[in-house]
Amino acid sequence: MYQILKQIIKTGIKTEAYPLADETMRLATQRLQQEILDVFGGALAIRHVDAGSCNGCELEIHAVNNAYYNIEGLGIKFVASPRHADLLLVTGPVSRHMEIALKRTYDATPEPKLVVAIGDCACDGGIFSPEGGGESYASCGRVANVIPVDVVVKGCPPTPTAILQGILTAISAKK
Amino acid sequence: MPIKHPNLHLERMNGAISAWHGKIASADLHPICQNVRDGGGRLVALWGGDDREHGEGYSLHVVLVNESGLVCLSAALPAEQPSYPDISQIFPAANRMQRAAYDLLGIYAHEGHDHRKWLRHAAWHSGSFPLRKDFDAAQIRTDDADNYPFVRDEGQGVHEIPVGPVHAGIIEPGHFRFSAVGEKVLRLEERLGYTHKGIEKRFESMSLQQGAKLAGRVSGDSTVAYAWSYAMAAESIAGITPPDHALWLRALLLERERVANHLGDLGYLGSDVALSFGFAQFWILKEQLLRNNAALFGHRYLMDSIIPGGIAADLTVEGKHVIEQECAMLEQQVRILRGIYEEHAGVQDRFIGAGRVEPKLAAQLGMCGLAGRASAQSWDARVQFPCAPYDKLDVQMATYRNGDVAARVIVRFDELFESLRLQREILTNLVGGDDLARPLDQLPAYGFGIGMVEGWRGEVLVAMHTGAAGNLARVHPHDPSWQNWPVLEHAVMGNIVPDFPLINKSFNLSYSGQDL
Repeated sequence: MYQILKQIIKTGIKTEAYPLADETMRLATQRLQQEILDVFGGALAIRHVDAGSCNGCELEIHAVNNAYYNIEGLGIKFVASPRHADLLLVTGPVSRHMEIALKRTYDATPEPKLVVAIGDCACDGGIFSPEGGGESYASCGRVANVIPVDVVVKGCPPTPTAILQGILTAISAKK
Repeated sequence: MPIKHPNLHLERMNGAISAWHGKIASADLHPICQNVRDGGGRLVALWGGDDREHGEGYSLHVVLVNESGLVCLSAALPAEQPSYPDISQIFPAANRMQRAAYDLLGIYAHEGHDHRKWLRHAAWHSGSFPLRKDFDAAQIRTDDADNYPFVRDEGQGVHEIPVGPVHAGIIEPGHFRFSAVGEKVLRLEERLGYTHKGIEKRFESMSLQQGAKLAGRVSGDSTVAYAWSYAMAAESIAGITPPDHALWLRALLLERERVANHLGDLGYLGSDVALSFGFAQFWILKEQLLRNNAALFGHRYLMDSIIPGGIAADLTVEGKHVIEQECAMLEQQVRILRGIYEEHAGVQDRFIGAGRVEPKLAAQLGMCGLAGRASAQSWDARVQFPCAPYDKLDVQMATYRNGDVAARVIVRFDELFESLRLQREILTNLVGGDDLARPLDQLPAYGFGIGMVEGWRGEVLVAMHTGAAGNLARVHPHDPSWQNWPVLEHAVMGNIVPDFPLINKSFNLSYSGQDL
């Protein structure tokens, strides 16, 4: 116990300043009222769904939880079930094999809800999708082809700061 | 010569990895595999190809490994009803690979016992095969329910717990079907393939350079290992060797990828036994390493740093200094954290004995990589088949006999320290120079090459076949998770259900790398 406490004290506080919302990430017009967003802003519950990613975006979503980005410090946390969630964080091109599971997860999330698509594949199908179309025999392409999306965060993978910014954009009212 | 058989004429393949290639009749597949198995060898990869465009039928390719190197066997299969003898009785790991080869290409392992689909769910019809060259990608997809025939356990008090594909944590999708009695797991059956996104088909319409980017995204946590294997396969076809400086840098990146992943896993293994202190501490260290990666090489996970022919990013003198300081910092910090893990009774109580895979079972199932080494399977391509620059590095392999979660934690710690030592040694050998890559734009026609490196999870292999125009006719990336997923089913037997996340994390296998 002494060693653990000593290490915690020596480590100190690593958390950095949080990024601001970025309107260019918004895909759909703001659907939720200011009052609801204010409530979400105080305690947001996120359900992550990997709809077919390479696991690269997951690494950065893990990193958002580390001490530097400290997402929980903002009152935002990841939950184990869509039924507890206010926001879905979806990665990957949507593989055909995940299409039904993603739709069901979306349906299981209570209204009002938000969806943030994380990574190039989730935004436009990315490298796994044929040029132009975004669809293939195995992939439905971008997330917005399958469920409504509010905010997109580009990058391969996007940095933790960009992911945080995407989440904060989703819960901020359009100025 | 790695193996002898009267009907087998092996030729040494070009390239960095010691590999031999031989064409065989499919009838000889069985005795040759048995021969390798009897000599202590195992199966690395199995895939098929469609050669009908140049007047042949289909082909089956099998890569085996023994102590002398890789043996790649190719068998021609007829265009009508292509089939070959089942080898899963000799190498259990072949089971899912054979089923995937049928789903994607329609080549059939006759005499086998398990012909259930594997990578196909409901996205395409049974009887249509995406990797055939005449596959109609625009076909109307089926909407049939998946209806996968799980094996059922019956008896008094047995209940089923279906989990997934959407899991509770931030992880990739897959389905686990537990049969449990009370809290105890009687049986686990995995159902994977949810992230199948047609990677192998995508390669066929890509240039060599585009393919390098795709290879780096087969499994995002192993981007360096895949990109290097892909480059190695292309270089073996082209018959070129990258500049020494590029090879040293590749090894530096591969070791940095290993350290980053081990740090992340050690953190999660702590939080999985309720020591969230472990997650906080290890992920601070991992973040510092990722930031250095971004500053020095332009990408936190080093994606697209390795290109066919060489490397895209160089290291400055100041950069060397940053890595030296980072290695010293990690060495010191991880030693403190290792001490805390080892002294912590609660942590050790959960780690020791959980998810045990005995060495005998591990050998029988052909386990490989990090998890294999924790069950005394001493395979490490950096040690046994050291391609440059590993031939100058004298890598110390980390092995352990206990085969439980604790053993997989110990192997991670040992490998992490060894990787730090290797990085320092690589830095002293980096002489610098502008020579980062040999030009490699076009490959010769009808070439075949393979590349394999020891990624953090285990051996990552990429096989490449070129077509008439030197195009990518077929690329098969192989993840070590193919071998180790079936072992996880055995590892959890007799453990309690709540220990599954811990055991699963201690393996940390790839879904995307297996689902392709």
